Amino acid sequence: MSGRPRGAERDRTMHIPDGFLDAKTALTSGVLAVAGVGLALRTVRRSVPARRVPLIGLTAAFVFVAQMLNFPVAGGTSGHLIGAVLAAVLLGPSAAVLVMTAVLILQCLMFADGGVTALGANLFNMAIVAPGVGYAIYAIVRRLAGGGLRARLLGTAFAAWCSTVTASIACAGQLALSGTVAWGVALPAMSGIHALIGIGEALISALVVAGVAQIRPELLAGAEDSSRRARHGASVVHGLLISLGLAIFVAPFASAWPDGLERVASRLGFEHRAAGMPLLASPLHDYTLPGVRSVALSTILAGCAGTGIAFGLAYLLARALTPRSAAARSRPAEGGSTDASRPA
Amino acid sequence: MHHALLSPYRHRRSVLHRLPALVKVTIAIAGVVAIVLLPRAAWPAYGGIAIALLAAAAASRVPLSALGRRLLVVEPFALGIALLAMFQPHGARIALTLLARSTLCLGCMVLLTSTTRFVDLLRALRQVRVPALLVTTLALMHGYLFLLFEEMGRLRRARRSRSFAAGRRRDWRISATIAAQLFVRTSERAERIYLAMAARGWKT
Repeated sequence: MSGRPRGAERDRTMHIPDGFLDAKTALTSGVLAVAGVGLALRTVRRSVPARRVPLIGLTAAFVFVAQMLNFPVAGGTSGHLIGAVLAAVLLGPSAAVLVMTAVLILQCLMFADGGVTALGANLFNMAIVAPGVGYAIYAIVRRLAGGGLRARLLGTAFAAWCSTVTASIACAGQLALSGTVAWGVALPAMSGIHALIGIGEALISALVVAGVAQIRPELLAGAEDSSRRARHGASVVHGLLISLGLAIFVAPFASAWPDGLERVASRLGFEHRAAGMPLLASPLHDYTLPGVRSVALSTILAGCAGTGIAFGLAYLLARALTPRSAAARSRPAEGGSTDASRPA
Repeated sequence: MHHALLSPYRHRRSVLHRLPALVKVTIAIAGVVAIVLLPRAAWPAYGGIAIALLAAAAASRVPLSALGRRLLVVEPFALGIALLAMFQPHGARIALTLLARSTLCLGCMVLLTSTTRFVDLLRALRQVRVPALLVTTLALMHGYLFLLFEEMGRLRRARRSRSFAAGRRRDWRISATIAAQLFVRTSERAERIYLAMAARGWKT
């Protein structure tokens, strides 16, 4: 490693610190997080072979280290990994929940990165929602697009983007529900930033999975074996937990956006002033598509357009990363070189 | 090696260092919860907590500059959210209280983590009945973190010594290849660790 400390450069755009959540939001997300982690522990104990259990701890260390790898982006900034989808693709979904839980607890207790009272919320966003949503999308893409390397990379990239954005929306909902940041500001800011961060996440995750598929393809098959052994009941409950959380944190605002905004405003006791605030209103205008009257509808349309673009980019990436021969045989190439510096 | 991982102050001796980890964790979390539950405008209480924190920091004999540096490292997100909070009526005041509260909470946690070894924290977690599988995962993660860091350092050094400066596009691929290689080595290491653990009678 070079001499400069790299810890300061990790992505912390989603680690909520202490003092930003109110008691009810912190408690609710804490309960959801405990339920989700407990479920994952149970599933891992039952369906992951003992041989693979140490791998969970080591993959947590790997994700932590990989978060410190630098990926240069324009303008001197650099991209970083969150790693939830990467862990889910490499180990399976419930093991990924444990990996992300360990990473977040270590960051919280060792680096004061992310608050203790917000640990539940951070766990819910990055250890329950991100791997859950990500793995579901990955599995769906692979079922629709076939089992080859290209489908795997497409699924990884698209799932990585979606999971990053979904987690950031949950985070925005928690901040808005706590009355810390107005929803009309929190949603565009968080989801906008993470729609960009998600592109980096997608690129890195897909590149790493492509690398592993090239060096040791059987490692990826191992993950599928252990996730196939997990019972459907567990994934249904995991999905229910995520939906419940999103319903609590996001739905009050998303169901009728202007109402949600007013509710926040009146809860903070300044609804009479909100009308005259240009800053409150401006994000709404930014998000309104021309020709569409309803704010909620245009938000949904904007979200769909963004998702579509992300899927297109993921497809192009997957095409670019798959060697033609491997795509034709629809099986990853066996036994590549183990030399890290081999030209790609 | 990574500065925050090494954290030289964790092994010093002081009243705070000698306190059992469970007691420290309980006090720190109670402090954070108290700060979070305080009403938004409780400035005298904030001041009192700040003075108590400074006194504890002095008792810990960790240099204030070191604590301050660690505080600065974790502050940016708080600043970002506080900035977002400005975009509402009374935004400046809300942002200011948010910053004060989160800085105090961060102070508690930075002080805790600067005076407690992670191993002792793990023991405290085990004492409060956190599931064994999770504690094992945390212990393995912490135990091999340093090793993986060095492994990554070796991979990067190997790459640097064999190639000239690459373009931006190649850089991404190379970083990712290093990460992929690191994962492969990690999983091979995990196999060996499992065999060693199984030989000593470990069961899930």
